Amino acid sequence: MGLPSLSLLAQSALSGVFIGALYGLLGLGLSLSWGLLRQINLAHFALAFLAAYVCYQLSTVRGIDPLLTLALIVPAFFVLGVALQWVFARFDISAFNSLLVTFGLTVIVEALIQGIWTADFRRLESVYGSAKFRVGFLYIPAPELLTLVLSVVLSLAIWLALRYTDVGKALRAAAEDGPIAVAFGVNRQALAMLLSGVCAALAGVAGVCIALSYTLAPAQIYTWIGVVFAAVMMGGLGRPLGPLVAGIVIGVSESVTMALTSPSWAPLVSFSLLIIVLLVRPGKLQ
Amino acid sequence: MTRVYATMLIVGGVLATFPLLGLPLFYESFLYLVFHWIVLATSWNILSGYSGYFSFGHGAFFGAGMYTTAALASRFDVPFLWTLPAAAIVAILMGAALGAVVFRVKAVRGELFALVTLAFTFVVGTIVLNTPIDGGPGVYLSAVPVPKLGPSPASTFYLMGLAMVVATLAIAYGIYRSRLGVGLFAIHDDEDVAEVLGVPTFQCKMAAFAVSCGLAGIAGGVHALFVSYVTAGDTFTITVPLTVVLMSVLGGTRQWAGPAVGATIITALLYAFTASDLAVAGKAVFGAVLIVVILFMPQGVLGSLMARRRRKVAPATPAVVADAAMAPKIVARRSMDAGSILVARGIRKSFRGVRALDGVDIDVRSGEILGLLGPNGSGKSTFINLVSGHYRADAGTLALGGEDIAHWSAHRIARAGVARTYQIPRPFEHLTVIDNVALPAMFGAAHLDRRAALREAARWLEFTDLADKASFLPEDLNLHQRKFLELARALASRPQLLLLDEVLSGLTPSEIDGAIRLIRRIRDDGATIVFVEHVMRAVLALADRIVVLDQGRVIAEGAADDVMRRSDVETAFLGKARA
Repeated sequence: MGLPSLSLLAQSALSGVFIGALYGLLGLGLSLSWGLLRQINLAHFALAFLAAYVCYQLSTVRGIDPLLTLALIVPAFFVLGVALQWVFARFDISAFNSLLVTFGLTVIVEALIQGIWTADFRRLESVYGSAKFRVGFLYIPAPELLTLVLSVVLSLAIWLALRYTDVGKALRAAAEDGPIAVAFGVNRQALAMLLSGVCAALAGVAGVCIALSYTLAPAQIYTWIGVVFAAVMMGGLGRPLGPLVAGIVIGVSESVTMALTSPSWAPLVSFSLLIIVLLVRPGKLQ
Repeated sequence: MTRVYATMLIVGGVLATFPLLGLPLFYESFLYLVFHWIVLATSWNILSGYSGYFSFGHGAFFGAGMYTTAALASRFDVPFLWTLPAAAIVAILMGAALGAVVFRVKAVRGELFALVTLAFTFVVGTIVLNTPIDGGPGVYLSAVPVPKLGPSPASTFYLMGLAMVVATLAIAYGIYRSRLGVGLFAIHDDEDVAEVLGVPTFQCKMAAFAVSCGLAGIAGGVHALFVSYVTAGDTFTITVPLTVVLMSVLGGTRQWAGPAVGATIITALLYAFTASDLAVAGKAVFGAVLIVVILFMPQGVLGSLMARRRRKVAPATPAVVADAAMAPKIVARRSMDAGSILVARGIRKSFRGVRALDGVDIDVRSGEILGLLGPNGSGKSTFINLVSGHYRADAGTLALGGEDIAHWSAHRIARAGVARTYQIPRPFEHLTVIDNVALPAMFGAAHLDRRAALREAARWLEFTDLADKASFLPEDLNLHQRKFLELARALASRPQLLLLDEVLSGLTPSEIDGAIRLIRRIRDDGATIVFVEHVMRAVLALADRIVVLDQGRVIAEGAADDVMRRSDVETAFLGKARA
């Protein structure tokens, strides 16, 4: 096998950046709820696909512009997230039990999607779907570019909010030492609900991005769990820029490996990289 | 204990007659699947449930077993049953290789361990997929003859599954009751303390991991023949670990039989719903059942049932009643010469440039009570941490009874007769008070078996006035009782050298008086004591000699009264008077 051309390599790296941005966007909400609320929310993936299907429905059947569906999806999912947190707080669920409960929720959502939209593949046809730019010798698909922009903007916005706003500081304090933060007047319950709502809304945004770029099927909920979890943990729990950076590192290394060897070798590179990072610099991650 | 094994054998024997009833084959296949998941979940629980190292790599070891059997049976015509030991060995070797690396890195615990093992699964899967082991299309075992153990192939799988379940449950129960099991549960609650109390944590984790992987490997080997077509894509996924985690948590990870209960429930539910006409609705019901069970039984089905039973019997006296007539004796091997038990020379220790200890020489004489004093940050606790093996010194020698222990691991130092308490009590929160005290008796210098250790622990609880709290959990104790639990735990190992790190801080004056009497009795029984303390009254009442540290150096030593009057000591504690 000869070496692929430079343009092919660059195109692969670029598509790695795009898929990495989606990993990052999916991982963002996961990382926040894991790091700051100690909840491992498997249902995040299910919520994202639920949003993707809602977007598909609104846009295909009602003819609403897919991007405008965000105006409906974001607030609706925010409320969903708040409700979810209310249940979690009511039953005082531990980290590993949250894994179980949200897995149960995932299965329910999967059944719901399958019941409404069947297990067949669905594809959202929109004006954005096939749009492409050409920059030099590189092709840039519009939906993927949108995902990248949203992922970067949202990660940065949340990073800034956590760092500089009072609510963000209170959230970080509550995550570090709950009882002490409460003693200083932090309303932990309300903050947790707010954060859970934001995480669910993020899942909604990720869902719209998925609907724009990918073909949908209920079983696909499980496709990205492994790699997104990897990005979340590699990026550091509760650190908003972490999943994006780690996601892009993983995405690019996967795509470049695919271009250089065969697609089936891709996981070896990304996960070996991850193991090495974990073993050599475990302190860096948390 | 033997009753449990006998019950397992009898129930297994009765179930083994099942194929003779001539029921439809479907039942045997379904029961095989139940057995399959019981073995996988229980084997996972031996490392992950007991020790708290949640592995997401069970798919890798299960897959290693599958592919070992598939390759040997289909390519090299090895008879199927002979491939199973090989499947176990390959899985064990893989687990040992991973464990030998991962368990040495202290920071890889909790989520990070879960991630490393998950990533390992994908790496192994990718290698299998891209090399001749699989090569892409998968491996067929349809030509491999099924051994004739039962009347039909289905009953053969049923019997093999049954045999695996009985063996796995016996092993899980055996470990649960053994020294290894106690060590693993201690690691679950506080690994550093477990190591300092004498638990060889690395070896415990390796042993549990090896057993866990070996059983998963065998289950994989059998399952390869059952499905008769093995693909990397279906094997090395997150599905296997996720399923066994769900099963174990549902049943209860702290119970040896918990995963078996969870596996049975989930396999039956999944089957009932996927087989019915309303598969989609059934799936939703499955999810709902899972949620409801965990919300209302957070410790798992079996865990919650056991907790309910424990609450009922809790007021009763503990099973092991202390023999009050027999006063506890510390120290088995007290060195006869009146020389020094511990000799520290030129000890240095820095933390990121901060010199905690800067060339410290300290002698601890056999049989004495040495008070270690100094202002906050002077290096007292660091010294205790170095002697107990929690930290390693950057330079200097540390001799215990003539042997250099500077580079020994903490559990080896504990075995050699050193015990310590923590300033802020660090009990094992999920072990009862008596189990907390029995642990160092099993792993420390005394190295008793479980039964003798419980007797020993009961005595020390009597000694520290905690006897009526034996079956409580540490969270039910107040600070005073938690401090005394620390002490009882240190004493139960029968140490030659006892290191007490501020055992008196936070106690009331009358509690301090009681503690002083207790410490005197301990010394009279023959232990050498080093204690760090800020309560001056206690120091003057107890210490034969004191050593004063300031900024990592010894600034004074001698009899308590003399040393405390020296002006440089006064300055170190109170600062310089302004002229």
